[in-house]
Amino acid sequence: MSAKTKPYVRKIYWNAATMSWWERAYLFEIVRGLCITGGVFLRNMWRWTTGRKGALTTYYPEETRVDYAAGNRGKHVLTQRENGKPQCIACNLCATVCPAKVIEIEAGFDPADAAHPKYPVRFEIDYSRCIFCGLCVEACPEDAIRMVKEVPNLPATDRHHMWLGLDELLTWNPQRDVAKPYPAASSDDKAQGSA
Amino acid sequence: MIQDLVIGVLYITYAISVLLVFGTVLTWVERKQAAIMSDRIGANRAYVRIPFTQVKLVWWGLFHGLADGLKMLLKEDWKPDSYDRFAYAIAPWIVFTPVLLVFAVVPFGGTLNPGELVPALSGWFADRTYPMQIARLDAGLLVVFAFGGMTIIGAMLAGWSSSNKFSLLGGIRAGSQMISYELIMGLTVIGLILIYGTVDLGAMARQQSGVLLGFLPAWGIFYQPFAAILFLTAAIAENKRIPFDLPEAESELIAGYYTEYSAMKMGLFMFAEFIEIAIIGALFTTLFLGGYNLPFMTDDGFVLPGNHVVTLNHGVVVVVQLLVFLAKVLLVCSFQILVRWSLPRFRYDQLLGFAWKFMLPLALANLAVTAVIVWALGR
Repeated sequence: MSAKTKPYVRKIYWNAATMSWWERAYLFEIVRGLCITGGVFLRNMWRWTTGRKGALTTYYPEETRVDYAAGNRGKHVLTQRENGKPQCIACNLCATVCPAKVIEIEAGFDPADAAHPKYPVRFEIDYSRCIFCGLCVEACPEDAIRMVKEVPNLPATDRHHMWLGLDELLTWNPQRDVAKPYPAASSDDKAQGSA
Repeated sequence: MIQDLVIGVLYITYAISVLLVFGTVLTWVERKQAAIMSDRIGANRAYVRIPFTQVKLVWWGLFHGLADGLKMLLKEDWKPDSYDRFAYAIAPWIVFTPVLLVFAVVPFGGTLNPGELVPALSGWFADRTYPMQIARLDAGLLVVFAFGGMTIIGAMLAGWSSSNKFSLLGGIRAGSQMISYELIMGLTVIGLILIYGTVDLGAMARQQSGVLLGFLPAWGIFYQPFAAILFLTAAIAENKRIPFDLPEAESELIAGYYTEYSAMKMGLFMFAEFIEIAIIGALFTTLFLGGYNLPFMTDDGFVLPGNHVVTLNHGVVVVVQLLVFLAKVLLVCSFQILVRWSLPRFRYDQLLGFAWKFMLPLALANLAVTAVIVWALGR
């Protein structure tokens, strides 16, 4: 005689679903569910018809969210000196460290500005490839590039429209940049200012 | 009679355009209602640009239905390699046509008196009156079930002729499910037939303009509340929509019996489904919600409880009846969409168990009680 096989015992889970007779009757809970979804529908319809917004979603890109986290790495800005020129000295460190190789800088020479003769003529970032890692910010010796929580207006029908240049990167607003204040003027700047 | 022909063509044009508009608009209603129910905005990107301007008409995404139709018309009409060509080609039409035909017996308004409505035509029409119903058949409700049953054949043909396992499974599921729920639909309305003593939908609608118990409108839903719930449930199951969408369960059967259909053939199945929502709305309105009449309203005006009579102009009555019918149908459609976006799908054994073990006994009990009461009151 073969070994006695154990009869199958159905496993009882510690959190087995238990339903009261009320839930088992199905119809009442169904009606309750319909009341919930219908209530949400009516509430949202009431909001829409009274001129408010009855949805949690945002029209992107027509609408921009205001509740981005303070630490969100949305887009880059180039910080500026008091005279509005970029802090950037076109040293190419950010372009070198960039893992996605999206930063293109063309350096220029300005003999009139004795303290900062080297400046970026062209500073462009390809947002179709940028991975928003923030390494460029860490690499910058001049604190010239930062990331802010707002996102750029990217949607475009062509990938060549997803480059942001100096005109858009130089929209830094030091008054609103509370996390990091305006970079302290270096001794060269002071020397130039007093001169 | 040429006058009858004119009125008939007018009614048919009205009915078909109403159904097609409902079929298109309901796709939008479904999208938007589902979105609003779940705190979303919903499809709103399709637009029509006025030529030579930059004015884009979005209209809350109404044009998405148009875009869908255009997409389906322009898509490649792919056909599977081995199939019963004739059955494959004819299946969408067998699903689609009866759905339109059912509406022929549904009254969408009271009695029309063209001579009174347009005085210029009173000489030509004399005193002829026409109930606003395409086919005034004595067997109205039977015709509904006869044509309603034909869609089963279409679904099963589609499943069988596609030579695809998923299609076949979907077709078999559709067959057993629709036959089960057809039975329950039939049983639930027998109670109403007992009460009204007729199967003519027009006569049923006219009988519902009275007063019940002195204050309620004599609507079918007040005579037969259980039958109303059962009928609507069975009708949704008949239409194969969630929570009864087993024949086309995406997560199990790809798209069920129309897996192998593409382009407008698939669109016909979808369109038939949306028109059927409207048909169910129309049937439910006619059977249970007083048809085309406001509460206490007749073809001559209002007879409020306590015998206050308010007579109305014939033109006003006709317009009000047409609009009230559309509004009620839209309301029932909206409720069906609410159900579709609230409830989870049944398991297949639950589905058939629900039909045969739960709804059938309830429908029979309802019928028995109704029969006893009608017999007792009739003595």
